[in-house]
Amino acid sequence: MANVDAAGSSPLPDGRPAPGRPVYLDHAATTPMLPEALAAMTEELAQLGNPSSLHNPGRRARRVVEESRELIAEAYGARPSEVVFTSGGTEADNLAIKGLYWARRAAGPARRRVLAAATEHHAVLDSVRWLAEHEDAEADWLPVDARGVVSVSSLAEVIERDPSTVAVISVMWANNEVGTIQPIGELARLAAEYQIPFHSDAVQAAGQLPVSLAGTGATALTITAHKIGGPVGTGALLLAKGVEPVPVLHGGGQERDVRSGTLDVPAIRAFAVAVQAARERGAFEAKRIAALRDDLIAQVRTAVPDAVLNGAPPGPGRLPGNAHFSFPGCEGDALLMLLDARGIACSTGSACTAGVAQPSHVLLAMGADEARARGSLRFSLGHTSEQADVDALGAVIGEAVERARRAAR
Amino acid sequence: MSGGVDSAVAAARAAEAGHDVTGVHLALSRNPSSYRTGARGCCTLEDARDARRAADVIGIPFYVWDMAEKFHAEVVQDFVDEYARGHTPNPCLRCNEKIKFAAVLDRAVALGFDAVCTGHHARLEPAPDGSGLIRLARSVDAAKDQSYVLAVLRPDQLERAMFPLGDTTKDQVRKEAADRGLGVAGKPDSHDVCFIADGDTRGFLRGQLGSAPGDVVDADGTVLGSHDGSYGFTVGQRKGLGIDRPAGDGRPRFVLSIEPVTRTVTVGPAEALDVLEIEARRPVWSGCRPPSGPVDCLVQLRAHGEVYPAVCVSDEDTVRISLRDPARGVAPGQAAVFYDGDAVLGSATISLAHRP
Repeated sequence: MANVDAAGSSPLPDGRPAPGRPVYLDHAATTPMLPEALAAMTEELAQLGNPSSLHNPGRRARRVVEESRELIAEAYGARPSEVVFTSGGTEADNLAIKGLYWARRAAGPARRRVLAAATEHHAVLDSVRWLAEHEDAEADWLPVDARGVVSVSSLAEVIERDPSTVAVISVMWANNEVGTIQPIGELARLAAEYQIPFHSDAVQAAGQLPVSLAGTGATALTITAHKIGGPVGTGALLLAKGVEPVPVLHGGGQERDVRSGTLDVPAIRAFAVAVQAARERGAFEAKRIAALRDDLIAQVRTAVPDAVLNGAPPGPGRLPGNAHFSFPGCEGDALLMLLDARGIACSTGSACTAGVAQPSHVLLAMGADEARARGSLRFSLGHTSEQADVDALGAVIGEAVERARRAAR
Repeated sequence: MSGGVDSAVAAARAAEAGHDVTGVHLALSRNPSSYRTGARGCCTLEDARDARRAADVIGIPFYVWDMAEKFHAEVVQDFVDEYARGHTPNPCLRCNEKIKFAAVLDRAVALGFDAVCTGHHARLEPAPDGSGLIRLARSVDAAKDQSYVLAVLRPDQLERAMFPLGDTTKDQVRKEAADRGLGVAGKPDSHDVCFIADGDTRGFLRGQLGSAPGDVVDADGTVLGSHDGSYGFTVGQRKGLGIDRPAGDGRPRFVLSIEPVTRTVTVGPAEALDVLEIEARRPVWSGCRPPSGPVDCLVQLRAHGEVYPAVCVSDEDTVRISLRDPARGVAPGQAAVFYDGDAVLGSATISLAHRP
């Protein structure tokens, strides 16, 4: 919705000029491509070859894919054969939820329960709902606490209602709106005790936290390139060896016969380059971004003392790049527009229908009322963020909130 | 920006005139089914996309504002309630009064904007009486003139309104849109009530109000037929009366009145529709100071209807309209709009009409 370039050059409603450099505080939506990923992709776009072909150009393309697969596997604690390339996070989530549900139900008709956190991304949420509406599944939403955390004991309680009827469990690694990090290792371990497949959408976590398939014992993890500095339109399901979800896409049998379709070699190569670069920057970069984020929180609180930080407090329970506030008395979309006019791009963090923000299901699940859910904004930092971005927000947020409050009255 | 050609050209002209313009599309329905009914009306995904593309071409920021709740409460519910009362409401007028130049304008002003600019076909001009008022006047394109549905606006609302298309015919607007590279240049005009996607007003009202059968009678009270809801009728209506016998004199019959409590619809010959005296409520005087004595003016009694010479006497709540010649088919709930030539003096909502 936000057009950074147009907003950056547009004067303000009250006549003041907007700052020259767009301030991008929406890295959780998508983050700029890393220069090395862009270079790799551009180079690869000029190359010939379908990786499924048997001739020399085909083998060359296949080699690029397999080298990329190895890099990604190593970065996320997986074997190369456990990397299933997809068109992105949404497809990987659909494949995990639907494919594992179908496979489990085929093996045992009583397994109809799908357990998922109430705060999941729509790619998981709506896949579960679809299974409930069309495939006889029973959706069991796992409650979260006020910070957005699924507790191990609540998962145990829901499983224990009847472990033999659970088809699959899905709990996101880190929430895309409020940045809350789940105890994935413990949750996955519990699922493993019951021998129930456990999937986690790690789209937001993968660029910012150490994410590992083997390290958690999860059955499947979703990752996507464009949140890490790779291109939009490519991602992967990290799928443990021996697990065979029913395919969603049928065709040429690529990717372990689980995900058919010609592989996007340039995007996959750029994905791997971005993963590698993110890994090399690693903990140092996470620390730098967390420090900026902490300053952003401090500046917002100074300008708007009654702003409420949603989610977990800054620290190990929260994504380093995430700050998510409710501004009492404001409509989030009015605030977004005012900031956009000042050259600052952020997000209401929730899904859009025809461009209309709905009250966030994440905040509602965390116990917020509808007004608080509507009056919220997400600021997310990433690899191009600088102190100047945070200062730009700090300079205008107070006045913007005041104005948005007048508009909501 | 509805996604139509008029608002697109209006926005382009405003931007070109040097104003700092932001495009806003109003989301008026939360019901996903009405988002999927195609490009009729103004509540569809396709229209939102068309509006967004127009903003792109013009080079202005664009947002969708969610007015669904307010629109439902102020326009849709009012529409249903008015029909239930035996009235014939005009939802476009109500939307201008309560949404576009109230909820949207208020929000815009609070956010730092100065005015709401729309693609309505009407003009704004300084009143010649020295009152300092900005008054509304008809478009140069008489066939497309929309001053009738804007006449409900108060002076403070008109002060913050901009209608850049008032001096332009619809054909010129379409040509200009094409010249500007706007994709909506050839998009058909919308005609129906925007929240009734299939155009079936009676079916929509039945869904809202349920079946409420009653009699269709003539002026003597003789039962001629039956109906399943008096809300399906409008004073002056000729078709769909559900009477299988022709009138004794063989002449067509029209709805004369609707009595929702007894669910009685009275029909009769055309001349029984003639009225000379009309009472209207809630007057708004925007083109002149509220008059203290009788006012000679022209009055228009429905959208795109003809105008009648009349004398109006107004107090704070009521306007008594005496027509020089009888008017036919005056429906309570419609607006009476008072004109001085092409300029709007004011408006009021018709409550009663008397036969000669």
